[in-house]
Amino acid sequence: MENEHITKHGKQYTENDFCIEFDAISENEGLARVVIAAFIARVDPTLDEVEDVKTAVSEAVTNAIIHGYGEQGGRVVMRAHLTATNELSVDIIDQGVGIADVEQAMQPLYTSAAANERSGMGFSFMEAFMDRLEVESSIGEGTIVHMWKSFGVAEQDLVPILQAAVWNSSGRV
Amino acid sequence: MEKKMEEYAIIDDYLCIRMPGEVDHHGAASIRECADRLILDDKVKNIVFDFENTTFMDSSGLGIIIGRYRKISCFGGKVYAINTSERIGRLLKASGMSAIIEILT
Repeated sequence: MENEHITKHGKQYTENDFCIEFDAISENEGLARVVIAAFIARVDPTLDEVEDVKTAVSEAVTNAIIHGYGEQGGRVVMRAHLTATNELSVDIIDQGVGIADVEQAMQPLYTSAAANERSGMGFSFMEAFMDRLEVESSIGEGTIVHMWKSFGVAEQDLVPILQAAVWNSSGRV
Repeated sequence: MEKKMEEYAIIDDYLCIRMPGEVDHHGAASIRECADRLILDDKVKNIVFDFENTTFMDSSGLGIIIGRYRKISCFGGKVYAINTSERIGRLLKASGMSAIIEILT
């Protein structure tokens, strides 16, 4: 294969990069998942790794649509990069309202859209399924969610990561 | 927005909802609306979410479950998740859902 060279250190790949821009409408959540899954296919990821990346991308794109643009439409950019050693970085970018307090927004169960029945678990899911997450945001300018993941490493146990979410009879503690 | 009614069945006082292949924000609103209409109309007591066909779910799925749980739990109703794949079962447990719903794989 053209983009695959065998060295004594193992397979080396050509660096690869893409960038797509799409309307901030909910049907494009599925589009973003399919595109990122296709992009990482060369890594030969496990089924769980594919689902991890799809879930994290789905969360970030949904946040852009609901919170960034308040479901009023706009444009979302998804940019991704694979290194020669198949380390993935994905950025989801919107030019929406921005997040006033990123730290608060990233707290498990925090949501600014309770009426819309959001669980407040979006950032927790991104953190649980990717290796690293960084969020840059400024009011009136938009938000960039950066995520990184390596493949072929032992899966982290989800339980301790998301256990912070405890639900009581009213649904939310 | 109208969902095919065969995705919703009422058996005794259980509302059974056949969840779609991909559970995300895009499909969440119509599931919510249909389920809530049936909860009101038919005096449903318990809800069963059937994940047999579901291969993908993000946190929107938790929102659907929590929202329905709130609606019926105050009348003593229970919520069940059935036929979950290994991954979806793990995801529900890891997000603390097993404290409020029964997960049957």
